[in-house]
Amino acid sequence: MTPVSSKLYTDDVSLLMVLIDTNPFFWNSVKSTLAFSTFLSNVLAFLNSILLLNQLNQVVVIATGYNSCDYIFDSSDSQSQTQRVEQMLQKLEEFVDKDESLGREDSVDGPGFSLLSGSLSMALCYIQRVFRSGPLHPQPRILCLHGSPDGPGQYVAVMNSIFSAQRSMVPIDSCVLGAQHSAFLQQASYITGGVYLKPQLLDGLFQYLATVFATDLHSRAFLQLPKPAGVDFRASCFCHKNTIDMGYICSVCLSIFCKHQKKCSTCGSVFGQAQTQDSSTPDRKRKTPLDA
Amino acid sequence: MFDKETKDGKKQFNRGDEEDDDGEDDKGLDAWERAYADERSWESLQEDESGLLRPIDNKTLYHAQYRRRLRTASAARIQKGLIRFLYIVIDLSRAAGELDYKPSRMVVVARQVEAFIREFFDQNPLSQVGLVTLKNGVANCLTDLGGSPESHIKALMGKLESSGDASLQNGLDLVHSLLNQIPTYGHREVLILYSALSTCDPGDITETIQKCKTSKIRCSVIGLSAELYICKYLCQETGGSYHVAVDEPHLKELVLEHAPPPPAIAEFAIANLIKMGFPQRAAEGVISICSCHKEAKVGGGYTCPRCKARICELPTECQICGLTLVSSPHLARSYHHLFPITPFDDVPASVSNDPRNLPKTCFGCQQSLLNPASQAKLTARPKCSKIQNVHSWPVSCYTIGNMPGPCVCCPKCKQYFCLDCDIYIHESLHNCPGCESFRHSRPVGAVEG
Repeated sequence: MTPVSSKLYTDDVSLLMVLIDTNPFFWNSVKSTLAFSTFLSNVLAFLNSILLLNQLNQVVVIATGYNSCDYIFDSSDSQSQTQRVEQMLQKLEEFVDKDESLGREDSVDGPGFSLLSGSLSMALCYIQRVFRSGPLHPQPRILCLHGSPDGPGQYVAVMNSIFSAQRSMVPIDSCVLGAQHSAFLQQASYITGGVYLKPQLLDGLFQYLATVFATDLHSRAFLQLPKPAGVDFRASCFCHKNTIDMGYICSVCLSIFCKHQKKCSTCGSVFGQAQTQDSSTPDRKRKTPLDA
Repeated sequence: MFDKETKDGKKQFNRGDEEDDDGEDDKGLDAWERAYADERSWESLQEDESGLLRPIDNKTLYHAQYRRRLRTASAARIQKGLIRFLYIVIDLSRAAGELDYKPSRMVVVARQVEAFIREFFDQNPLSQVGLVTLKNGVANCLTDLGGSPESHIKALMGKLESSGDASLQNGLDLVHSLLNQIPTYGHREVLILYSALSTCDPGDITETIQKCKTSKIRCSVIGLSAELYICKYLCQETGGSYHVAVDEPHLKELVLEHAPPPPAIAEFAIANLIKMGFPQRAAEGVISICSCHKEAKVGGGYTCPRCKARICELPTECQICGLTLVSSPHLARSYHHLFPITPFDDVPASVSNDPRNLPKTCFGCQQSLLNPASQAKLTARPKCSKIQNVHSWPVSCYTIGNMPGPCVCCPKCKQYFCLDCDIYIHESLHNCPGCESFRHSRPVGAVEG
């Protein structure tokens, strides 16, 4: 074993946190276009190529399940090169069984969302541990291989994770396998400076992964990667869930409404009447030159 | 792992010896040398049983400090003032040129203000800051209230000269006139960084203080020299806080304490609906003149939904129609103040003394929860033998070599976390990975976005 001090970590040593969506309802719905086993063999080939690119590269895989999330593989733990795949598949199988047993019969309604906020939070905790390990650490990044639709209840938690990633300069790359774009992951990649990609043809998944997501952060500057298409930063109102251009925000709890209300339905504050035309009068006042 | 520890240990040890010699030389040391001699940092070094240096363990100390902060912060779940209008008043009088802080008081203050402004906008994306300087007995408005950190920092760094006396009254009068114009839903605050030991006022300052009190301006002062009665009185009257910094790290801590939103006082700001626009990003490659810099720019930028003017960055206020323009992530950035996560519980010694009750690793980062001192040795061994040996070791060995380190537990999802994760989760992430990872333990109060 080489002593730690002699390891020269540079820009091109990567720590790749891969979040795999294992939501059974999603994989059942795309059975005909991309089977889970095909997906896995593509991902395994991709992970192997990451580890071959640089012998100091590290890969950690977290499964994003329907009922739970867990670490299923860490390349720094594994003893031998040959058992890597077996080890990971065994852990994954255990995880899927456990995830299933946690489910409740009555909670199934359509292709539900998987727990993206949980696996993102775990990945960020792991990355903080790597940051703590000393000045020489690999460059971390997160790759979400996600297919399930966004869970509206996870909005705050996912946004919190995104801002925390942004603060620690960790890019979140996303590869969306489902039929629809994911607004969460679009925002995540845009805010953290990662790459967002929705492959056209899922058959060639490995090619997409290898060409877009395999390169380290330093080399990315020299590549033509997919550009962020228009990210929709408009908000939806709490009352009708419509996407709006202009709206009213409660000054106490920041709830969004599309029409003027007398009372906030979220926090119960009663709004003062004096300021109903707020956007015009005080602002004009503020523009007057100040005699200092 | 093992190699590194030995090497580092030796290095530290050598350095310790050298400093020891310096300390004994004589009292005519340079200031930088004295700092080392006064701290006597080598005295806190500890050896382990094999004579190696143990890394200094101030982690538990840090953690205790952080817990105290967390407890005071979340003691009562009270309403927070999220929309703040804050003026930072910086004393640039003669006293700010003093050299007791290195290189000088005003440079240190400017550095802390820069860090504070960045942190402030990170935590309060919908708020605005302005800068006022006190110099030659008068107060000057350096920058108007605004939401762009860069412009404030640039203005401040260009104006770092100290002269004359400071006038607290003039500063308060100016800030009062500026803050009186803001809408009533905003929280009016002043943060004064005061270096001088006196104030040179044109009139009765107590009248000004009463005026601030009636206008509901919350004034806080951070002193750099000594406690002043007038500052204490000002803070008491207006509901602010008064602290005097003892050194630079303490000053930093005091300044950053003002970054998270303070508890809202009901009568200070009237609840209101604010009209806001959510502009869309303009298409790439379109050439237009922006309303903020009056320059023609290609691509990027946003379009005001009301008057269709072009704006360079968010959040801001439309220069043409005065509409407040934000994006949904700005609102989302403030939500963690409204839905804070519960503090984790310390795991009682009775539970943690029996390692079989605990999981081996932290739920968040997979770090071993065993005692860090024993960990280095355990990881040096082959993994499989460690697991087999744990249960066959004699009891004494078992408790020493495999003592669980300090850890915490989330009261909701009952997952165990290490102390580092605890701090990261509460200070930066604002999500409990355990609660987020189990569908049926999800917090009930989660809002939909």
